[in-house]
Amino acid sequence: MIIVGELINASRKAVGEAIKQGDSDFIKKLAIDQTEAGATYIDVNAGIFVGKEGDYMEWLIKNIKEVTKLPISIDSPDPTVIERGIKLNGDDAMINSISLEQKRLDTILPLIAGTDLKIVALCMDDEKMPETKEDRLKIADILINKLIQKGVKMENIYVDPLVQPISTDITYGKGFIDTVEAIMENYQGIHTICGLSNISFGLPERKFLNRNFAVMAISKGLDSLLIDPLDKKMMSNICAAETLIGRDNFNVQYLKAFRKKKLEV
Amino acid sequence: MSTQAIYDAIMEFEDDDVVEAVKEAIEAGVDPQIILNEGLIGAMDEVGRLFSIGDLYVPEMLMAANAMKAGMQVIKPYLKGDDGGKGLVVIGTVEGDLHDIGKNLVSMMMESAGFEVIDLGIDVPADKFIETAKTNNAGIICLSALLTTTMTTMGETVDAIKKSGLSVKTMVGGAPVTEEFAKEIGADGFAEDAGEAVVFARNLLAS
Repeated sequence: MIIVGELINASRKAVGEAIKQGDSDFIKKLAIDQTEAGATYIDVNAGIFVGKEGDYMEWLIKNIKEVTKLPISIDSPDPTVIERGIKLNGDDAMINSISLEQKRLDTILPLIAGTDLKIVALCMDDEKMPETKEDRLKIADILINKLIQKGVKMENIYVDPLVQPISTDITYGKGFIDTVEAIMENYQGIHTICGLSNISFGLPERKFLNRNFAVMAISKGLDSLLIDPLDKKMMSNICAAETLIGRDNFNVQYLKAFRKKKLEV
Repeated sequence: MSTQAIYDAIMEFEDDDVVEAVKEAIEAGVDPQIILNEGLIGAMDEVGRLFSIGDLYVPEMLMAANAMKAGMQVIKPYLKGDDGGKGLVVIGTVEGDLHDIGKNLVSMMMESAGFEVIDLGIDVPADKFIETAKTNNAGIICLSALLTTTMTTMGETVDAIKKSGLSVKTMVGGAPVTEEFAKEIGADGFAEDAGEAVVFARNLLAS
């Protein structure tokens, strides 16, 4: 599983404060903790600071790079911020994200064309949020084709079909995982990714629902997640799901996690 | 004959029971305005309160609103034409933002509270808010934004509304929006959730 560690996000109160105070130790610790917990990428989001987002993005990346070798996921819709982030990273970075919204497409596509950067592709256009599997697949197909035409490799594309709250429409869960299944079948080598917390909006015991939904999506082919890697129960469930669906030869990852006492059941 | 049975049926999300209780109250000669205010709206106020403190969840709020609507259909022909001066609310998600789940919840609870609501949907430019508020003599414009990028647009929209010279109040909300931000952009009100939005809207219009 590709785990994008979500903790360095300025919209989380403690992180926003640390950025304002210039508390680099706090940021570094978050980077180290996520690395040790098994993250594949460290997501960096400074989006709440209008006008200063680029400066803070650079400051965050520099600090993170001092303590971990993991690549960064540059989490911003702003092409100038993304460009500054790329300069500090090179081609192993992930860009989070592009979508079929015209402005976003036009400004971000040139930054990734012909590079080896990873790109998160949101199933969203200028019209409305997708509601059904058909809505999502239609957008995904156009977006994937545009990326491929610009020389982006299939294995560098991470489609996010967008998770929506099950509390407002009971078809949203199935609509999402069916989309994951279709995308993984239709486009060989591509990845699917998502954040989970939206699924449980408006309901009690949200972490419990998020974990279950992760397992369901993994069973349909989801191979990447934007989550908190320090959430041991979540990480344990992911590990079990991957083993159970046959992505873990000789169950070795599961057994390793068990022996290292990492499974929280 | 009181309106308790109506109130209880809404709190139990039972559409059919609400319809039955409203019919019974009408037959018993209870003032339709009291049926509306104490029975239907009274129950939805409690739903909003319980939602705000985390004792009711979104699907339950939706079910309660549906039950209330079923009762509204029955009582509507008996009510006088005016809305009791509760006021008209124009609501929408600001330009560039396509998220509507939170906005829809607020819209629904406003309606359930007796406001007349004009929901302009998503990606609404400032002009459209102003024009609609002007034509319909709105008391409040409610703005929603879910993205940090469109929070800027929210500020610009509040500005444009003020400059238009309309005497309409503005309320803002959405996941990244805070009370501090609402003050910063000069909005008249901020609500954390759909229950709070109703309470705040009433206070705004009363002031």
